[in-house]
Amino acid sequence: MFDKILIANRGEIACRVIKTARRMGIKTVAVFSEADVRALHVDMADEAVNIGPAAAAQSYLVVDKIIDACKQTGAEAVHPGYGFLSENSAFAHALSKAGLVFIGPNPKAIEAMGDKIESKRFANAANVSTVPGYLGEINDGTEAVKIADEIGYPVMIKASAGGGGKGMRIAYSDAEVADGFMRARSEAKSSFGDDRVFIEKFIVNPRHIEIQVLGDKHGNVIHLGERECSIQRRNQKVIEEAPSPLLDAKTRKAMGEQAVALAKAVDYDSAGTVEFVAGQDRSFFFLEMNTRLQVEHPVTELVTGIDLVEQMIRVAAGETLAIKQNSLKLNGWAVESRIYAEDPYRNFMPSTGRLVSYRPPEEVSETETSVRNDTGVYEGGEISIYYDPMIAKLCTHAPTRKDAINQMADALDRFFIHGIQHNVPFLAAVMANERWRGGELATSFIDDEFPEGFDGAVASDEVKRTLVSAAAVLDHMENTRKREISGQMGGKSVQFNIERVVKLGDDWFDVTMGVTSDNSGTVIFQHSAADTPVEVRHSWVPGEPVWHGTIGEATVSVQVRRILNGFRLSHRGVEVEAHVYTRREAELARLMPVKVPPDTSKKLLCPMPGLVVSLAVDKGQEVKAGEQLCVIEAMKMENILRAERDSKVSIIHASPGDSLAVDAVIMEFE
Amino acid sequence: MQDILNELEERRAVARLGGGERRIEAQHKRGKLTARERIELLLDEGSFEEFDMFVEHRCSEFGMGETKIPGDGVVTGWGTVNGRTVYLFAKDFTVFGGSLSETHAKKITKIQDMALQNRAPCIGLFDAGGARIQEGVAALGGYGEVFLRNVLASGVIPQISVIMGPCAGGDVYSPAMTDFIFMVKDTSYMFVTGPDVVKTVTNETVSAEELGGASVHTTKSSIADNAYDNDVEALLQMRRFIDFLPSSNLAPVPELPSFDDGERVVASLDTIIPANPNQPYDMKELIGKVVDEGDFFEIQAAFARNIVIGFGRMEGRTVGFTANQPMVLAGVLDSDASRKAARFVRFCDCFSIPLVTFVDVPGFLPGTAQEYGGLIKHGAKLLFAFAEATVPKVTVITRKAYGGAYDVMSSKHIRGDVNYAWPSAEIAVMGPKGAAEILYRSELADAGKIEQRIKDYEDRFANPFVAAERGYIDEVIVPRNTRRRISRALNMLRNKRTENPWKKHDNIPL
Repeated sequence: MFDKILIANRGEIACRVIKTARRMGIKTVAVFSEADVRALHVDMADEAVNIGPAAAAQSYLVVDKIIDACKQTGAEAVHPGYGFLSENSAFAHALSKAGLVFIGPNPKAIEAMGDKIESKRFANAANVSTVPGYLGEINDGTEAVKIADEIGYPVMIKASAGGGGKGMRIAYSDAEVADGFMRARSEAKSSFGDDRVFIEKFIVNPRHIEIQVLGDKHGNVIHLGERECSIQRRNQKVIEEAPSPLLDAKTRKAMGEQAVALAKAVDYDSAGTVEFVAGQDRSFFFLEMNTRLQVEHPVTELVTGIDLVEQMIRVAAGETLAIKQNSLKLNGWAVESRIYAEDPYRNFMPSTGRLVSYRPPEEVSETETSVRNDTGVYEGGEISIYYDPMIAKLCTHAPTRKDAINQMADALDRFFIHGIQHNVPFLAAVMANERWRGGELATSFIDDEFPEGFDGAVASDEVKRTLVSAAAVLDHMENTRKREISGQMGGKSVQFNIERVVKLGDDWFDVTMGVTSDNSGTVIFQHSAADTPVEVRHSWVPGEPVWHGTIGEATVSVQVRRILNGFRLSHRGVEVEAHVYTRREAELARLMPVKVPPDTSKKLLCPMPGLVVSLAVDKGQEVKAGEQLCVIEAMKMENILRAERDSKVSIIHASPGDSLAVDAVIMEFE
Repeated sequence: MQDILNELEERRAVARLGGGERRIEAQHKRGKLTARERIELLLDEGSFEEFDMFVEHRCSEFGMGETKIPGDGVVTGWGTVNGRTVYLFAKDFTVFGGSLSETHAKKITKIQDMALQNRAPCIGLFDAGGARIQEGVAALGGYGEVFLRNVLASGVIPQISVIMGPCAGGDVYSPAMTDFIFMVKDTSYMFVTGPDVVKTVTNETVSAEELGGASVHTTKSSIADNAYDNDVEALLQMRRFIDFLPSSNLAPVPELPSFDDGERVVASLDTIIPANPNQPYDMKELIGKVVDEGDFFEIQAAFARNIVIGFGRMEGRTVGFTANQPMVLAGVLDSDASRKAARFVRFCDCFSIPLVTFVDVPGFLPGTAQEYGGLIKHGAKLLFAFAEATVPKVTVITRKAYGGAYDVMSSKHIRGDVNYAWPSAEIAVMGPKGAAEILYRSELADAGKIEQRIKDYEDRFANPFVAAERGYIDEVIVPRNTRRRISRALNMLRNKRTENPWKKHDNIPL
């Protein structure tokens, strides 16, 4: 076994690999760019090597720097994580040339599976079910139409070298094929410098299901069951689970066997993933093979109890796989939610900056149920503009799918992040979605269910009851405390009025607080949103960001942010402002005029005397609220000015290098 | 007896209606509440005791003899806010437009006298049309009486004004002499002379909102300390605000049971100073993470944002925070910031509220605009205020403390009690680049040489240790321990006793 390994990656995956290595008694070396000086993986590793500037192309992607770092620290092997150099066969070659071990498959397997056409050839040879299609070179539109006619419509035209939807076209008729072919080809040329395209059958309403495989250097390959990753947004996976609600034992076995056959065909000797596209009828077709550890591997680990990173390290060191296919048992259900630094209310625009607060739910690790949070950040850390905006992977594991989903909903309610925008409310809304809960998935799920984007979850009556109860109790706790201020007038002390009104968003609820016993926080009360008195128990004290308690029989968590005279509460993807009044206050509050938010100016003014460092937009460009517009340096400080609303830049008055006075017009909007 | 009781009830009912249903409705239509409704919101339920409910004016000119309404346009009395006594007067716009008559003024001065005598805060809710013109000089005399009491009470009891409607002419000077002015957005305005007079005299066309609305006074003139969306929001915030204030200059700061451990360690503060020295960070995050439960009542949040002032609590007791804000103008001290903070520091000193100061200041703002605007004397106000303050003073330098601004920001030299610095602190006459360029002017042409000189200066002064070696810094502390250190320092200083030399009063550079 290795004494020391280097992790050629950053973020949560680097941290995750370090954890396993440490458990195995292997020393770890982290590499980091200048933007990651304070990153968590640097702190966790035994040693860390600076490999250059923030841009990945100058640091994490530079093979020589990684090899130098190994030599400098004496690391014997390299785990590449995912992304960066993980599927780069040249890197694997270079490592072996330098006498270092690549913790991943042999370079030939990477090469064979890296090319879409090549990989299909292998798949066909190994009798893996592939999408009906034509793999040869297609010369012109006429030929394309002929091939499409043979396959049957609809068909998909795709760049051989591509990925992520670039150079991809779907055609429902021969006319569309002719047109789509030319476009796909020119897009492929410009995006990848390779104009080869291929045509295949387009699966209607498809699902994304993948098989985890694991091989060693002695010819053994097993599969560890499937994961379903159909919840995607713009081809980016958002929620994954294992197993898939679609598969039955028979299909699972068939898919597993085909995946193993394919892996064996390329002498696969590490952890890898064979991706399939599946029809709702459980037909399945090989899509591609990822020759690395997948982001979503934890769900497989949770249901199999196998540490994939440990297995990767062991087989890389030459050990024989100790796990046998027939001894493998899938246990329960696991769900993973990817927490991204993005603004779900503004079309998921990336959000970067300082994590002012970061309080993930507590991890629980038991055989039956667990909550696992793979993360690479910490409170006070930074989400930089240079890398993937993923903050964490929150996973739950329970005996049934329903339990795992409910547990995920609870864990998301407890996940408190402040300082940047994040998609927790969106994930929570998906957890409450009936179609998701029913397991009726498709890769178009998000577009189908959120056609207008995400505007916050709609509060069900149950959620409203929860929030009204929580608000009443929060206010009660604060008020009780205020009544204990020093310096009060003698005589009878001021009493808390038990008749309250909770204003939740635009709804008003009358509440009568019952006998409030002690500081243990038991409150019994009647409110107009519930038929019978509600008993609430909790241990919240003012200042805590998350309120935990039981309302009636249900255990709930509600996030609490103080606002003027009230709270902003979030729970189950619902974010709402709550104000608690006495009856009289409520009566008067209802008299107050509703204010329309003021019209923000159509000009961007310079907020301070300063120097224009750079402009991030051009004339005529559409900008989203929050998007960076320009950087002004004042008092040697760089200040980023951002768009206040969605708009279009009509005129730009300033240019880089200009010295501006306060309130000088930098640009105007339409 | 029963007849008398009935008459009392009838008279009270009439008085409570003020200007009558129709005017009350008109008041509501404008988005405003009546004087009595406002008092209900401000005070603990049922705690209001009204004085002079039946007072009427004595004017008989211009037909006034026929129009008399009990209360005469102002509701006065006392009550409690979370059990603590306050005195208040609320202008009743439904009665003669809330205008001030001789008797109206007498009602106010009676309350002011009681507040001062009994050492409790005095709060005025303003919504009025100015002097009652029919009374002429009698009204002016009334104003003078009110003003005098504002001045005498200043520094003895907290005085708060909430502008909730028009406030013009003579009415503006009483708020101007109180400690804090709050406004309600869109429904209140304040000016000495209104748009009509402005038009006649200077030919400017301006609306009441543009001349003296809440946005003007919170962002441009700094007359108002904060503004709120409506009457309810403003008055509930006043309840929160009063909880921070001592009742008088002899009373201790109020204390609330705290759920926040004074020893709480905040690991994320270790990374609040960005690796790049030219990158700003939000000083309010530091304040929020240091104070009890993140509860901070900011004053003048929209004005001179390069300095942050406001009240928080440490282990349940009120503390006044002053902090340079690197997010705005790099936290530089200019005239506005100096004036803003100076007045706040003096308020805290008047009322025995300890001062905690966070320093990240690159110096004073250079330029003709500042110098012509009297930066020297404005800057001196803050220096004066910190220097004369005898309350406990704890200072933490987080990053830059350059030049004279270092001395100003509650430094050891002007009687800072406990002066801490983070390891990232740089205490120097100026930034390394500026310093090297002055010291080695002859080498300016040689980029390599000057680069080395800058580095030398940086190595020598861009740290807290030079100052610590001289004892200007009592201790260099780890950022994560800031709350703990401040809590302990404030506890240690609780019995601080020091007095300035006897004087009639000082002569701060106004």
